[in-house]
Parts: sequence; C-alpha cells; structure tokens
Amino acid sequence: MKNEMAVAFSSISENESFARVTVAAFVSQVDPTMDELTEIKTVVSEAVTNSIIHGYNNEPHHQVYITCTLIDGEVELTIKDEGIGINDINEARQPLYTSKPELERSGMGFTIIENFMDTVEVISNPGKGTTVHMTKQLTNTKTVCS
Amino acid sequence: MGLSSTFAIKEEVLIVRLSGELDHHEAEQLRNEWKEIMYKNDVKHVLLNLEAMTFMDSSGLGVVLGRYKEVLQLGGEMVVCSISPPVKRLFEMSGLFKIVRLEENEEFALETLGVAS
Repeated sequence: MKNEMAVAFSSISENESFARVTVAAFVSQVDPTMDELTEIKTVVSEAVTNSIIHGYNNEPHHQVYITCTLIDGEVELTIKDEGIGINDINEARQPLYTSKPELERSGMGFTIIENFMDTVEVISNPGKGTTVHMTKQLTNTKTVCS
Repeated sequence: MGLSSTFAIKEEVLIVRLSGELDHHEAEQLRNEWKEIMYKNDVKHVLLNLEAMTFMDSSGLGVVLGRYKEVLQLGGEMVVCSISPPVKRLFEMSGLFKIVRLEENEEFALETLGVAS
C-alpha cells in the first residue's frame, strides 16, 4: 500500500523541529526502529536547515516543501526549496565543506544525510532551487520483501 | 521541545550540561551564552555533559567545534561525557573524537581534568 503526505512551511528556523517531528509521526505508522526514526529526523533537520540557511539565505518569507511516501516498507523523502541553488553539487557534498564558515557550520550536513539514507539524489538549478530526494528501506520489512 | 543549558564552573573547568534538542534554531543562543561564559570566567577546560540530550544534528556539531577551537587557544582540553548512541554516531561520523575526549560520566571526567571530588 502506498501512503503519501506533503507539507509546506515558512523558511524560519523554528520550523526545523516542526518538520522533523511531522515526518517522524508520519513514518511511525510503519513501525520503524528507534534508530531509524532518529536517523530520519536528523536527515530532515539537515536538509531543511540547508534550505533555510543556504537556499534562502535566512530570509523568512519563502517556503520549504516536504513530501514523504511510504511504499512497501520504504521511505521516500523529498525536501525542496526554490532558493538560490547549488553551483557545484559535488563540492557541497564533500565532508566538512561549507559555503558559510563564518556561521560556524560543521559542513557535515550532506555527509550525515548520505550515511543515514540508502540513496540520496541532489538536483539543483542555480537561481531556481534545490531538491533533495532520498530513500530508505526500513529493516522490519526487509525480510518480507525478499 | 527546545534546548535548555546549564553552566557550572569547578576550578578551571567549565561544565556545560545540555538537555533537549540542539539544532540550527537553538544553536545561536547556545553559542552566545557559552562564548560569554568562557570569556568572562577564568576557565581552561570544557566538560560537555550530554546525558539529557535527545536530539542533535550538524548545527550542534558546529557549535561544539567552534568552542573546541577556543578551548585550544586557552591551552585546555574538551571532554564530552554521558553521550547517547545516536549522538555518539554523529561524533564518530564527523571525526570529533579525534579532538574531543570521551568519558563515561561527569564525575570521572572531572577527575581526569584534575578536579578533586
């Protein structure tokens, strides 16, 4: 069975916690482990923070979009902004790389996302925005599928 | 849920106890408070107690790294204790344990920093 949700919210940092709690509540329906839930929350936090700080340069009047689909024990997560985009995606995905060192960023956002999800695809058009599409198979359903 | 932080000073060690969720939204205020306390007090080392920390992401790592650099300038050491498995994974992933020492609990960590109990 396929189950889908979509949410859009203002690009303010207060909504980082709203976003991860919302996605976690949705994913909870298919019985993830506590570790999986923490991983998904962390990933949502990283991607939404990227959209707010980098995509929208901390401007509060934009929108961040999340869609999440549950299908056959797999979580598909898409986090999208219509911000400035990323010029060099490979550079942005390097561990410890940050375009804003003055903000005391660790540069670990994408590295954490890649570690916690099975697949990560970043699509970005400078001036138009960035979409991060990710999937993760949950363990409690892995054996059933094979 | 948010973040709450308490600071205590024992001899030349600043103890920072964090509870709740540390993300980008909470990071700035924590950074300001933490920096001010380090600036105003004669401390050398930092002990970070994460016993009650329920969530942390890369923004939190950034704050810790930033304070680590300041501790280094003071000629001190940063020690973290009572860390949960998910936060430990984040620290491992980012190589933070190469520069920040991990101890089991606050009492033991303080002892290693030369504070008598």
